[in-house]
Amino acid sequence: MIRVAGRVARKDLLIEWRSRVLLWQVVPFGAMALLLAGLALGPTRAGSSGAGPGLYYLVMVLVTLLAAQRSAQVERGAGTRASVATLGLDPAGVFLGKALALCVELWAIGLVLGAGTVLFLHTALRAALVASPSIAATLAALAAAGTLYGALTTGDGSAATLLPVLALPGFSPLLIAGERSFSAAAAGGATGSWWVITLVALVVYLAAGVVLYGVLEDA
Amino acid sequence: MTRLAQRLLGPVTLLSLAVTAWLGLWVTPPDRVQGDLARLVYVHPALAWVALYLSFGTATIASVLYLWPRTRSVTADRVAVSAMEVSLVFILLTLATGSIWGRPTWGVWWAWDARLTSTAILGVLALGYLALRRANDDPEARARRSAVFAILSAINVPIIHFSVVWWKTLHQGATVFTSTRSLKIHGIMAWTLLISFVAFTLAYGWLVRARYRLEVARAGREAALLAEAIARRAAEVVR
Repeated sequence: MIRVAGRVARKDLLIEWRSRVLLWQVVPFGAMALLLAGLALGPTRAGSSGAGPGLYYLVMVLVTLLAAQRSAQVERGAGTRASVATLGLDPAGVFLGKALALCVELWAIGLVLGAGTVLFLHTALRAALVASPSIAATLAALAAAGTLYGALTTGDGSAATLLPVLALPGFSPLLIAGERSFSAAAAGGATGSWWVITLVALVVYLAAGVVLYGVLEDA
Repeated sequence: MTRLAQRLLGPVTLLSLAVTAWLGLWVTPPDRVQGDLARLVYVHPALAWVALYLSFGTATIASVLYLWPRTRSVTADRVAVSAMEVSLVFILLTLATGSIWGRPTWGVWWAWDARLTSTAILGVLALGYLALRRANDDPEARARRSAVFAILSAINVPIIHFSVVWWKTLHQGATVFTSTRSLKIHGIMAWTLLISFVAFTLAYGWLVRARYRLEVARAGREAALLAEAIARRAAEVVR
């Protein structure tokens, strides 16, 4: 399972590296969304109301949707599913590999948008650094959830457009926990209880993916 | 369920709902603090019980049974979709009755409260479930994907249940029982509350049964249309 996961993750990351979709489409979208969120709040509130952590996670959730859709799209290619079935790859390994690749992608985008949050929304650099472990864990949970929801909408063309409707409610506890954790770090408070929600969600989504991804591949 | 029980379910449901309305509106006294507004307690908690626990629970258990190879059957899938559809109706009713209570009590129709928001999210999840079913034409893929989604969505139910404990919320905590499991409500008010739970549970059973029969009829019609199309195509080939 671990070997399959490593190979699938490498394959997905190579596809991303060669296609540069992440760099030229997803990152600019995230940066633009962050700027628009700042514009929507206005110069005073965007800079001083402590809205940075919330806006950061809102944009990261939207970016996760795009990246998860892209990750699922890779599996929709002609013959891909048949090849996976013929090779007899462990579905749990495929899920973990795809989740790992998506997680690495989200970490990379999260780093860029984190810098944007510090720069444009005046969130303290120290707060961002203190919150970075919780951000990494939240993005990992988003990657696991995104991979699972992406697999749900693989197949028919009409199902693919359902991803936001299906995934956003599932992402909401992560958005809340991540934002509270980041905000608490910015205010110099404790982040412990929010960490628990994030870690529980990560474990639940990973376990659900390991158990259920094969069912979705067969469907 | 025996044929007699099936026939009696509808009339008994209507009767129990009528008894609840009569007790709740005319027999029980107004609350000392909230006045007549407290009469919503004979509707709202029972609706929430059906929406969150009974319907969503049934849909989740039926989905697990569908995915488990030994218990897989088309019946489980049909029960899941029937229960989920009824759940969505009851979630909307729960939110609506909560809003009606919230306006005079809190001063707003909607508050960004953990219990309210997580219940609304559950409603969106139920909508997503129904949309996912419509997006898949293949019955097998449809059943599998919606079963997985139902199981994932069920994670939200304990979040809703414990939201009043985990967060500081406007929504009150346990209303019927105290922390020591003794009743907070007494006399005719307690009996009316109990009867409302029975009435809405019966209503749930009645609605799910009707929706299940509709699902069976729909599947039969789909099969008949498919057979007709195949026969027409075969006749064209022979000609």
